[in-house]
Amino acid sequence: MFGRLTTEAFKHDWIEYLAGLSMVLGAIFFIVLITYLGRWKWLWKEWITSVDHKKIGIMYIIFSFVMLAKGLIDAVMMRAQQAIAVGDSMGYLGAEHYQQLFTAHGVTMIFFVGMGVVFGIINLVLPLQIGARDVAFPFLNNLSFWLFASGGMFILVSLVIGFYAGTGWSAYPPLAGIKYNPGVGVDYWLWSVQISGAGTLLSGINFLVTILKMRCPGMTLMKMPIFVWASLATMVLVVFAFPILTATAAMLTTDRLLDTRIFTAEFGGNPMMYINLFWAWGHPEVYILVLPAFGIFSEVVPVFSHKKLFGYTSMVWAIVAIAFLSFIVWLHHFFTMGAGANVNAFFGIMTMIIALPTGIKVFNWLFTMFRGRIQFKTPMYWFLGFIITFTIGGMAGVLMSIPAADFQVHNSLFLIAHFHYVIIGGTVFGFFAGYTYWFPKFAGFKLNEKLGKYAFWCWMLGFLITFTPLYLLGFMGATRRLNHYDVVEWQPLFIVAGIGSLLILCGFGLQILQLIVSIIQRKKTMDVTGDPWNGRTLEWSTSSPPPFYNFAFIPEVNQRDAFWVMKHTKTAKAQHRKYEDIHMPKNTPMGFYIGMFSFFFGFGLIWYMFWLAAIGAIGMIVCIILHLYQKHPDYHVTAEEVAEIEGRKQNV
Amino acid sequence: MKNPVTTTHETYPDVYHDAYSRTIFGFWVYLMSDFILFGALFATYAVLCASTFGGPSARDLFHLPFTLIQTLLLLVSSFTAGLAGTAAHRKNQHLTLVFFGMTFFLGVLFMGMEIAEFSRLLNTGNNWDNSAFLSAYFTLVSTHGVHVLFGLLWIIILLLPVWREGVSHVSIRRLTCLRMFWQFLNIIWVFIFSFVYLMGVA
Repeated sequence: MFGRLTTEAFKHDWIEYLAGLSMVLGAIFFIVLITYLGRWKWLWKEWITSVDHKKIGIMYIIFSFVMLAKGLIDAVMMRAQQAIAVGDSMGYLGAEHYQQLFTAHGVTMIFFVGMGVVFGIINLVLPLQIGARDVAFPFLNNLSFWLFASGGMFILVSLVIGFYAGTGWSAYPPLAGIKYNPGVGVDYWLWSVQISGAGTLLSGINFLVTILKMRCPGMTLMKMPIFVWASLATMVLVVFAFPILTATAAMLTTDRLLDTRIFTAEFGGNPMMYINLFWAWGHPEVYILVLPAFGIFSEVVPVFSHKKLFGYTSMVWAIVAIAFLSFIVWLHHFFTMGAGANVNAFFGIMTMIIALPTGIKVFNWLFTMFRGRIQFKTPMYWFLGFIITFTIGGMAGVLMSIPAADFQVHNSLFLIAHFHYVIIGGTVFGFFAGYTYWFPKFAGFKLNEKLGKYAFWCWMLGFLITFTPLYLLGFMGATRRLNHYDVVEWQPLFIVAGIGSLLILCGFGLQILQLIVSIIQRKKTMDVTGDPWNGRTLEWSTSSPPPFYNFAFIPEVNQRDAFWVMKHTKTAKAQHRKYEDIHMPKNTPMGFYIGMFSFFFGFGLIWYMFWLAAIGAIGMIVCIILHLYQKHPDYHVTAEEVAEIEGRKQNV
Repeated sequence: MKNPVTTTHETYPDVYHDAYSRTIFGFWVYLMSDFILFGALFATYAVLCASTFGGPSARDLFHLPFTLIQTLLLLVSSFTAGLAGTAAHRKNQHLTLVFFGMTFFLGVLFMGMEIAEFSRLLNTGNNWDNSAFLSAYFTLVSTHGVHVLFGLLWIIILLLPVWREGVSHVSIRRLTCLRMFWQFLNIIWVFIFSFVYLMGVA
């Protein structure tokens, strides 16, 4: 009945109990809060079943914030362990627990924070920037979110029931095979990645079609905002890369579940094939995370420099070149595998070449600032922090693109420092810039500037203090994923890194405080114009927050920076045209149901409860059929209703 | 440069036309991503096809005439799916049902032959856990088989409304996707036939 799920699965050490307990208490607190406020119906009708891209975007970001908190706590725990576990001291974490921590940290941060904020911001901003009323497939958008959330639940559930993988976030076989990892950990990893990956792939298709098919009249490709270009390239990467992950994870699953011999060390299997396939997805994934951040900075810098973006065309081509090159550099993740000098040389050179378009972008942003009237608002702080960290991290990457040099630092903390410099400096700082920049559009009021800047300084300094020592430690020979080391000379640097991680945690705390304070003081920072930063793109031409149909009239554009042009040619105020009926999709609970059934499906296969997996699979298929047979999936908002909503806005 | 979107401005209220072109394009993109998925499986097969671990190789196991019949069945089903799609676009309820019915029937025959071949292999002791080659073979071919099964299920789901209330706007859109999906399965099968069977036996 319960497969391999026994009471054994609930036995943990006290630290794990504490983590599980805090998660369960958090869930109970949330349930009690919603019940106390009597908001269940509201939650269901306005959020869970919503097909509105703005609400789905907000749900992505809330989910990512929760996962970010978890990932940060994982990180601080690892830093604390390494600060004390030297020589005779074994630290406070067992090896078993420690390896789950670094695996969960990586998966959480990449799949559920990085991807979450990428799709959150794209959901929120992109349809508005191209002057569309929704995405191409609104139901699919809702479904994508729930598959993503269902994938994330596996990580949270593994805190309480069973344990997570201890293989590192990349789960290389044969270690991740059934022979060396017979427990449920790797299965949790597989299904969290597989199900959230399916959601990501559907989102990729959805936004690719949205960008190519739903731009407002007049917006040709070369008139799109750079954020839209970056998203377009990202979606192409998603559509090409994520199927590889799906196939790879599926093959590892059959290896574990059905005894196939694809990646095993026995019976002629080839573990190196897994590593190749994993990074054929994994390297494009890196750019999936960072290209949208480039897009965000390309919006933020011109607005706060009061200049148009320097070198629009070169920016577009740089994005396209990065997207293309990202598919032919994957082998640089394992130069040490022994593919031969010529193969290594090819991938090394391709890796160096990818630095060129990236460099072009850096100079474009700097030249945009040059002789601009720069306003040092919080998003600009994040941008400046990004330029410094990303350039240092990027140069470290170019250093490692030389195979001979890479052999010295492969899998050392130097590598860890490198990719944290580019992912935190790129994706995370980029997201924070976008979060501060677009917050007033969706909340209707600005975030507190002062606390935002304090948070920035905590993050920035904490980040430098944490990861700069790791470069040094990497050169000194410290490898990644150590729960204990014998070299006493390393300890001071590990302690410094530990202090830095606490500062980052302070920065995150300040951001939560900033959100609370901003909500309390919202009367002071209300945005009634819809255009609080003197923006340049179409999202600022509608009210803050936008009505659910985004635009009463679909805008028509004929130049880049469409809204800027409208403001300066005095066409921003819509002439009194007659309102027309607007065609909108209806909310549907099917996405939520399918997400839940996918969770049952994965959970059943993890614990060998095959009846539960069958329920999950059949449930998913039935829900899809029911959705197909739905009679009227859409409705019309009448012209009178539109007139009333628009009139109410003008009276505010 | 004139933007095509401006010229079609009048068609904005035409919800069905808009949804049609979006869905078809989206489905194309989905098919491309599915090609990549099969690409990963083909690459794995290419790497592992020589890793027989002392067991039988492709040359010892496959009978080309059998697979050729399978291939022909699927190709004919693809032809009938094409005819069915044309019938649907002409809103011809009767022919849509007949031709998609034939596609369904041929698809079932194909699956029957695939199951027969799998059970022949398993019964002669060539289980997938014997070698990496067999694992890669079963993974690749059965992934295609699962796609065909979903295609068959999908035919039933989409034909029910056509049978009850004729060919609607929505049906045309969905049947067009189905037809594309079926042709896609054929293309994959042609690759399987060439790489796994023809090149394996040659």
